[in-house]
Amino acid sequence: MEIYLFYIVATISVVTAAYLIFERSPVYNALYLIQTMVCIAVLYILLEAQFIAAVQMIVYAGAIMVLFLFVIMLLNLNIKEETKGALLFQKIPAIFMGIALFVTICVILKSKLLPGKHGEYTTAYVNSIGNTRVIGNLLFTDYLLPFEITSILLFVAAIGAIMLAKRKL
Amino acid sequence: MLNLVGLILLFPIIGTAINGLFGKRLKKETVGYVACGSIGLSFFISVLVFCGLLLLPPDARLFEKQLFSWIESGSFKAAAGLQVDPLSSLMILVVTGVGFLIHIYSVGYMHNDKGYHRYFCYLNLFTFSMLLLVLSNNFLLMFIGWEAVGLCSYLLIGFWFEKKSASDAAKKAFIVNRVGDFGFALGIMLIFLTFHSIDFTEVFNAASHGNFGVGSFTVTVITLLLFMGATGKSAQIPLYTWLPDAMEGPTPVSALIHAATMVTAGVYMIARCNVLYTMSPFTMTVVASIGAVTALFAASIGLVQNDIKRVLAYSTISQLGYMFLACGVGAFTAGIFHLMTHAFFKALLFLGSGSVIHALSGEQDMRKMGGLKHHIPITYKTFLIGTVAIAGLPPFAGFFSKDEILLESLVRGNFIYWLIAAIAAFFTAFYMFRLLFMTFHGESRVDHHVAEHIHESPRNMTIPLMILAGLSFVGGFLGIPGASAINNFLAPVFGGHPHTEISGTESIGHHSEGHPYLMMVISTAIAVAGISLAYRMYVKKPEMPGRLAERFHLIYKLLLNKYYVDEIYDVLFVKPTKIISIQLWKRVDALMIDGSVNGIARLVGWFGNIFRHLQTGYIRNYAFYIVAGCIFIIVLTVFGK
Amino acid sequence: MITLTHYIVLSAILFTLGVVGVLIRRNAIIIFMCIELMLNAVNLSFVAFAHYLNSMQGQLFVFFTMTVAAAEAAVGLAIIVAVFRNKETVNIDDINIMKW
Repeated sequence: MEIYLFYIVATISVVTAAYLIFERSPVYNALYLIQTMVCIAVLYILLEAQFIAAVQMIVYAGAIMVLFLFVIMLLNLNIKEETKGALLFQKIPAIFMGIALFVTICVILKSKLLPGKHGEYTTAYVNSIGNTRVIGNLLFTDYLLPFEITSILLFVAAIGAIMLAKRKL
Repeated sequence: MLNLVGLILLFPIIGTAINGLFGKRLKKETVGYVACGSIGLSFFISVLVFCGLLLLPPDARLFEKQLFSWIESGSFKAAAGLQVDPLSSLMILVVTGVGFLIHIYSVGYMHNDKGYHRYFCYLNLFTFSMLLLVLSNNFLLMFIGWEAVGLCSYLLIGFWFEKKSASDAAKKAFIVNRVGDFGFALGIMLIFLTFHSIDFTEVFNAASHGNFGVGSFTVTVITLLLFMGATGKSAQIPLYTWLPDAMEGPTPVSALIHAATMVTAGVYMIARCNVLYTMSPFTMTVVASIGAVTALFAASIGLVQNDIKRVLAYSTISQLGYMFLACGVGAFTAGIFHLMTHAFFKALLFLGSGSVIHALSGEQDMRKMGGLKHHIPITYKTFLIGTVAIAGLPPFAGFFSKDEILLESLVRGNFIYWLIAAIAAFFTAFYMFRLLFMTFHGESRVDHHVAEHIHESPRNMTIPLMILAGLSFVGGFLGIPGASAINNFLAPVFGGHPHTEISGTESIGHHSEGHPYLMMVISTAIAVAGISLAYRMYVKKPEMPGRLAERFHLIYKLLLNKYYVDEIYDVLFVKPTKIISIQLWKRVDALMIDGSVNGIARLVGWFGNIFRHLQTGYIRNYAFYIVAGCIFIIVLTVFGK
Repeated sequence: MITLTHYIVLSAILFTLGVVGVLIRRNAIIIFMCIELMLNAVNLSFVAFAHYLNSMQGQLFVFFTMTVAAAEAAVGLAIIVAVFRNKETVNIDDINIMKW
């Protein structure tokens, strides 16, 4: 049952991602990207990462993509990308380059260069406590310093964004 | 007192520093006081050191003072050390003493020059260099002084560098000296290779006690190379041409170069290395021959020159020839003695001629002088004493020293040396009195507007003249045959070497019992003959020189043009060097070296021009390269192992 | 049964699509979206690894990545707005003064 769900969601995410690349209009692009992100959120749930799935929906699909749409609309960018200009020839090599990249990644996977060490957070254990609770525990104990630094990062980013976007200070 | 020897060097260099760094802001009087004071103090210390040396017993008169260790590299050691022995103590007395008088004179002579402080800065440096040369206890330090003297002569000869002839003369002096210095440097290197030391004491001990026989090839080469340096510095054939041109400098500088510093360096060096020279008879012959030939050659040119300073310049070359002749026959004492007396009377003559030039507002041509003896009496009287001294009339200084050289050249050398020296002495007496008569006697040939300004020089110029005149008068008594104070004083330096065939001074005494007095008579007669001929030609019958010049006009022209030596050198050396240099410049430098450098630059530019097209300015393009690079790195890490 | 390989291959496909998008699109905002897609692909592989290796670090890392992505989106969009204000375009081929 799960495997079918995986295949369906995976296919949708790849198709929408492909649309993202080949669709000309920015607004559609943004909508396709939101769809991809929703698919990925579904996959997170399949992977028993409920908290991350929720954050994916709220932060990515909700906040960030809305920000994108805002900018597109603010700048009135819903114009078709013109095909004139230089680097027309790069399209074909770029696609080949993407295929080459994909092949190399697959080769790495086949060569088993990625051994992993199994941790103690088995699915059953995490589910018995609750996924969000485990993450919260870790964030406020072992990862407290990075967590706090994150707040500074967001603060700086907010100030930076205002600095850049404001016409006159 | 001997420990004070370092101060002798210190004072002049302090004077140089003060006048060189702050001279522009100081008052003229201050500059003069600093310059004269530093040399005066140096002279005072020199006297103290000299007295200190005299207090020691004759055999112990050698004092070395290590200032600091200068260069140490493997087995090569050069210390900055000073050496006081009879020879160097005599030299420092002459250098500082005569130098001091010249400094005082310069205060008056140069008082209107705008480069006043620069002049005194150079002058102090000149004295310092010469003192360093004289006082050093090893060859390398001596070489530093040797080079510094050359540099100072360049600076001072070209002092009025805005005059083209002056800057040319300075360049000529420097380049000709370099030729000699090259030989000197090679000689020092060979000394180090041979004796593994450059310290005077060690080298001379090794030479006299080592396994070098008389006439050893190595020693001959060393001494010839050193002599090459001496010919450059002391203006001997073939490198003498710079000295007459050096007259372009201010007259007190000429006096300093000719009397106290610079040209005496070569003679001093040979006297210092007497141990090496006596070991090589061949070199001694070369030295004596070149000295003798130079003496005659320069004196013959001096016969017809019309520039008052040029006559004196050729006379200096001629007198230096005498000194080399003396050294070449092994009579180092006589050479040094003549060096000393010559310093007195040549300084006097130059300063006197400077006084004349000063009185005539810069006129140097003797044909436009004459009858000056009533206008500038002090200059005339002192000049007369100097002339008599150089001509060799008893009892003036030149008589004793020249007489001793003549005697030694006959006793130790051979008749030819004596004959050449005697003819040169005759010439000397003639041209010096010709100069005196043309300048001070006869009718005045001075231009009218110049004649109105004729005046005696100020006190600070005449007093040095009088002191030098006094020295020229009494200086000779140091070396009266039989009771020669200077002989005895210098004996520890020159006497008693195992290889010396005719050793020391005492042998002359019993060798030639009857000679000295006969020789004195002969040389006096020679001098008197020269003087009377000059008197006849230039006072009695002033029209006679012109007739003679017409009758022997070929010889006259040859002499007047200095045997065309400058022209010959020009064709033989200067022009080919220039042609080769131009070829080197155009072919090697401009084409090959510059070409290769420019070619590399052009190649880089060419590659850059091609590869700059990679920099499209399109971000997507750069991203493309980044991805390609990522793939490359992944492939490398996965498959590279 | 869904294996780790399924997720990794999907992640690789999405990542490659993001890369190709960056390489061929001219609109700065779309390029930016492609970068977000690449980030998502990587996040997916993180979570997948975490799940199959019984570890929590992957999820935590994704959490931090999202924070960075949020900050980056804010600053990046501000830059795009600033550029647009100056050049009246977001076509990056017109923003090419970076060359020789």
